[in-house]
Amino acid sequence: MKPSRLSAFGSKVARLERRSFIKQSLSLGALSLLSGCTLKDDDAVDRLLSAMSRFNDKMQAALFDPTKLAPTYSEADLTTPFPFNAYYEEKDVPFVDGESYRLQLSGLIADKRPWCLEELRALPQSSQITRLVCVEGWSAIGKWRGVAFRHFLERIGADLTARYVGFRCADKYYSSIDMPSALHPQTLLALDFTDAKYGYPLRLRIPTKLGFKNPKFIHEIFVTNDYPGGYWEDKGYNWFSGS
Amino acid sequence: MADAAGAEKPQTIHPLFIRVTHWVNAFAIFVMVLSGWRIYNASPLFGFEFPPGFTLGGWLAGALAWHFAAMWLLALNGMAYLAYGIVSGHFRRDFFPISFKRALNDVVLAGRGRLDHAPGRYNAAQRLLYVGVILAVIVAIFSGLAIWKPVQLQGLTALMGGYDVARLVHFFAMAAIVAFLVVHIALAVGVKGVLAPMFTGRAEAPR
Repeated sequence: MKPSRLSAFGSKVARLERRSFIKQSLSLGALSLLSGCTLKDDDAVDRLLSAMSRFNDKMQAALFDPTKLAPTYSEADLTTPFPFNAYYEEKDVPFVDGESYRLQLSGLIADKRPWCLEELRALPQSSQITRLVCVEGWSAIGKWRGVAFRHFLERIGADLTARYVGFRCADKYYSSIDMPSALHPQTLLALDFTDAKYGYPLRLRIPTKLGFKNPKFIHEIFVTNDYPGGYWEDKGYNWFSGS
Repeated sequence: MADAAGAEKPQTIHPLFIRVTHWVNAFAIFVMVLSGWRIYNASPLFGFEFPPGFTLGGWLAGALAWHFAAMWLLALNGMAYLAYGIVSGHFRRDFFPISFKRALNDVVLAGRGRLDHAPGRYNAAQRLLYVGVILAVIVAIFSGLAIWKPVQLQGLTALMGGYDVARLVHFFAMAAIVAFLVVHIALAVGVKGVLAPMFTGRAEAPR
């Protein structure tokens, strides 16, 4: 990677690390136009935007149709190469040993026995070619194959009336989704995808949500009624982020 | 509501409802455009980015928070404005008929400084621009919905030509709105006596 791109990436990370996004949200150009508003309103604006984001969670949950399928595409439509995207650079993807890998389960699940890859592969597999839409605006069409997440949740005796399913990943990423979206017929616990760097050995593929709600390198799944948040969600991105 | 003809005393040329929805809309458009520029910068469609100092939100998450909060204000206020415009007869009376030829003629006259501006009456160029920007905002809202919900509203996304085309439509709808604003604000500030009535409602004494 060229030095100029590296430094650009560094400043991007610094920007992304900012926790209270409203403190920085009124940039100078915009601020001068918002004359009359004092900077002391920051906290009130912050609270208002957070409240609106929670409101939008509810609206999106209401708009979500559990039977509406995401459009599917043909092999010819696949985006190659599929863009790599994470909060770190491609060279920093974690290495996971498939032999010793065990998927951990916790929370409101009846059978918390860990799963090895062979056991996951012994479950019924299905594949999909769908569009992954990034919160940044770009999109890419990819192919994923694995276990229907609904089947897996039923199999392990997860409490399907619980509110959230959470994920913890080998790259320290974490995220969570609502139960109705988890049970959508196209939500997949993907074992096969283009390349290991996209989440080996296990990732979530959920075409009804934005890309950052598709955690890679999953090592633990939990079911809970307590809001689990997520890596980007805790920094200010909308939690539901449905497509 | 005062008619353009009876002009002995200061006439109300902009009813209260229009004034309120105009300024609410102005604020909502301001937030949508500036936060939209920041969102655009996260994944530019073309070979340029908007200067960060002229955007709202500070970073992508902040810009999205502004955008998805102000969209409700824009949509609800816009629907109230459209309902009023249709029911009150404001659109029928003041926007129509629309003539491209007369609008062009008015622009030429304005360029020569010979276009009369009668308070409370829109000339042909104004009619075309106001109807045009209303349509641009409607296209911006529908293309925005198509980008926001390409699965739940996939029929709308398909109507827009698919996800990628919907992004372009959304961009050019914004560009049309901004182009309108450049002309609109320049004239509102530059032409004597047209800005104050948008606050007070009353036309100044005929000159």
